[in-house]
Amino acid sequence: MSTLAGTVTMIRFAARRERVRVPVYLLVMVGLIASTAGQSESLYATAADRAEYAQTVNGNPGLIALVGPPYDLMSVGGDTAWQWGGIGAICAALMSMFIVGRHTRGEEQSGRSELLRASVLGRRAPIAATLVIVTAVNVLLALVVALSLIGMDQPAAGSFALGASLGGAGLLFAGVALVAVQVNQSTGGAYGIVGAVLGASYLLRAAGDVGDGTLSWLSPIGWAQSMRPFADERWWPLLLLVAGAAVLSLAAFALLERRDDGAGLVAPRPGPARASGVLTTPFGFALRLLRAALIGWAFGLFLAGVSLGLTGQDVQSLLGDSEEVDKLYMQTSGSLVDNYLAVSLSSMALIGTAFAIQAVLRMRSEESAGRGESLLATALSRTRWAGAHLAVAVAGSVLILAALGVGAGVADAIASDDAGRLPLLLGSAVALAPAVWVLAGAALALVGLAPRAAPAAWGLLGACFLLLYLGPLLSLPDWVLDISPFTHVPLLPAADLDVVPLLVLSGVAVALAAVGVVGLRRRDVPAV
Amino acid sequence: MENAISVSGLVKTFGSVRALDGLDLSVAAGEVHGFLGPNGAGKSTTIRVLLGLLRATSGEARLLGGDPWRDAVALHRRLAYVPGDVSLWPNLSGGEAIDLLGRLRGGLDERRRAELLERFDLNPTKKARTYSKGNRQKVALVAALASDVELLLLDEPTSGLDPLMEEVFRECIEDERRAGRTVLLSSHILAEVEALCDRVTIIRAGRTVETGSLSDLRHLTRTSISVETVEPAGDLTTLTGIHDLDVTDHRASFDVDTANLDEAVRHLTRFGIRSLTSQPPTLEELFLRHYGDEIPHEEAA
Repeated sequence: MSTLAGTVTMIRFAARRERVRVPVYLLVMVGLIASTAGQSESLYATAADRAEYAQTVNGNPGLIALVGPPYDLMSVGGDTAWQWGGIGAICAALMSMFIVGRHTRGEEQSGRSELLRASVLGRRAPIAATLVIVTAVNVLLALVVALSLIGMDQPAAGSFALGASLGGAGLLFAGVALVAVQVNQSTGGAYGIVGAVLGASYLLRAAGDVGDGTLSWLSPIGWAQSMRPFADERWWPLLLLVAGAAVLSLAAFALLERRDDGAGLVAPRPGPARASGVLTTPFGFALRLLRAALIGWAFGLFLAGVSLGLTGQDVQSLLGDSEEVDKLYMQTSGSLVDNYLAVSLSSMALIGTAFAIQAVLRMRSEESAGRGESLLATALSRTRWAGAHLAVAVAGSVLILAALGVGAGVADAIASDDAGRLPLLLGSAVALAPAVWVLAGAALALVGLAPRAAPAAWGLLGACFLLLYLGPLLSLPDWVLDISPFTHVPLLPAADLDVVPLLVLSGVAVALAAVGVVGLRRRDVPAV
Repeated sequence: MENAISVSGLVKTFGSVRALDGLDLSVAAGEVHGFLGPNGAGKSTTIRVLLGLLRATSGEARLLGGDPWRDAVALHRRLAYVPGDVSLWPNLSGGEAIDLLGRLRGGLDERRRAELLERFDLNPTKKARTYSKGNRQKVALVAALASDVELLLLDEPTSGLDPLMEEVFRECIEDERRAGRTVLLSSHILAEVEALCDRVTIIRAGRTVETGSLSDLRHLTRTSISVETVEPAGDLTTLTGIHDLDVTDHRASFDVDTANLDEAVRHLTRFGIRSLTSQPPTLEELFLRHYGDEIPHEEAA
């Protein structure tokens, strides 16, 4: 068929472009699943521990809504399948979405597909090749998950069922993505469609799992989980996933016939002909550039906060007793619950710090793209430009921390039946802001003084993360732990509030930012 | 009148690379000044120094009576810039980008903005992601031309524009000239420079090699002569300043250094001229002379 001419070449080309990214992604995912299985084995050594754990989970509808229905928590495999069945399906779906987006719409948007299509390459070849690649990747995912669990002495049937449920979900969402890239003209817009479908699937599943289960059958994630790995496996839901993927792929091919190369089925909505007054202020403009990221991070950390709040009160039975748990969490004389909440809030705040760093480093990418030059050729001074990005980082991080605190606070207040926990956890989360600001200030210092090394700000974030988790476990000396600004924030709500370190951290952040601005004012733009 | 731009001995190094190597440039207030040079000659670097984006390594640069680095923000209120490769924000519409750049500079002339959108036939509601290169260029042009400024710094502003739009651009620059604004126009399109510019500066490898009005520059080059005489024109090689001589019977064609033109024509009249055509050097020839291989030869000599 001439419309498929060149498919084989495209498959090899796509495979070559994915030769690093996909293996890394698969390794990380399999590594996480295997480590969950390992932890499940060591945390609940006795049947009594495990029974207490199972009872706690089964009695916690919030946790079931968040993670999925537990079919058999008495086995290591069943516990792993519970923890990863739903989350893993989402990970596989996102992986498939990015692979499909990159090789179809991404190529069209960049104009590269035009170059390829002008040679002997059939109209359907790019989609056909992408379908082959994404199918192969999901089969590979299923196999490596299954084999790694079998390698850990888990039953083969359950291992294959869990692998297949993840791969099947990945495949189904690859189909959704293939349709979405036909509909929308931009990669981001197509990802938005897939994200909406994925979000709806997750919510339907959550509602179904705490209700009578009917709604879960409307959700592909529900189908994947209903394969019940390690708990009397059912195989036919896999057919639903594969058949769904096939129907969606055929639909994508049919839709392709109704659109032009580079265009979507839905014409892009025209934008405003005039800019709003807010957009044309330096702060408003920086906020506009980072708005989507800010909303995404705030929403993500809100959900993380909810999951933290749902587990907090049950931490004793969920984590079991071990020296590691004590070392990691019992850093103050407060209760285990509050210590656990405090350390977890710190680690989630660290994740949310990514936004603050992103907001500052955005200046660098604007600069490299040549857009910074257009801005600075106007009456916008470098100081105000940096100030706008810093302000978005500072205010945005407070918002993100508040979302985290509200999520954790509401869930914890319901779990503990104590409304006072909401303001307590909200305050505890927001109190972490000065530590976030220090990293934002450090990022700005890098942008100003060593622009080419600016991505090292991500390294600082990683280092803080390691210090938070490995520091207590390895009993590192205090001066090493003191490097991380997060070490200096009082461990609320386990400890008492002490304003002095917060003021000192804010001062350090201001000093770092000032150094960055001075550097920026003195250097070339763009820096080469 | 004070110069809008005066640059002398400007040096800019990037590591071991000398992008500007003692460049001189002066642009009088109110003139349209062509800025020519091969790729990599340092035109964009010069403009970025004038914008205070890059800091000069040494040398003097003055812009509208101020220091381009120290007074950048104050000066930017009085100038507008169009880069050669316009990069826009993919999620913003063209209209939003125009307003953003205009308002950050201190405001736009609303009437002129509407008029320019019409003249350049630009749809301001399209997202920048969907614009072609030419349309991105138009966005930057409208943003610059719609602002009420004294000086326009244009770095290959018409790259990607179709001939129709180039014509519109020329009209706009004529308008700017009539309004008394100063324009520094870096360009590769010689017809554009020839049509628009009062004076030009040609740079090469970070140095100014030629500057002056177009007619001044023509004096420095050769005129092409092709002549038919009654008698064979004798030994033309004895004359000075003759190049590329080609003689057949009664016909001869050659290039002559403009300084030696008079002598050559006197020589020819002695043999009875039947017909004579002379062509002044085009800017293109001027250009090629300074860009091509000839300079190394002359330097060697």
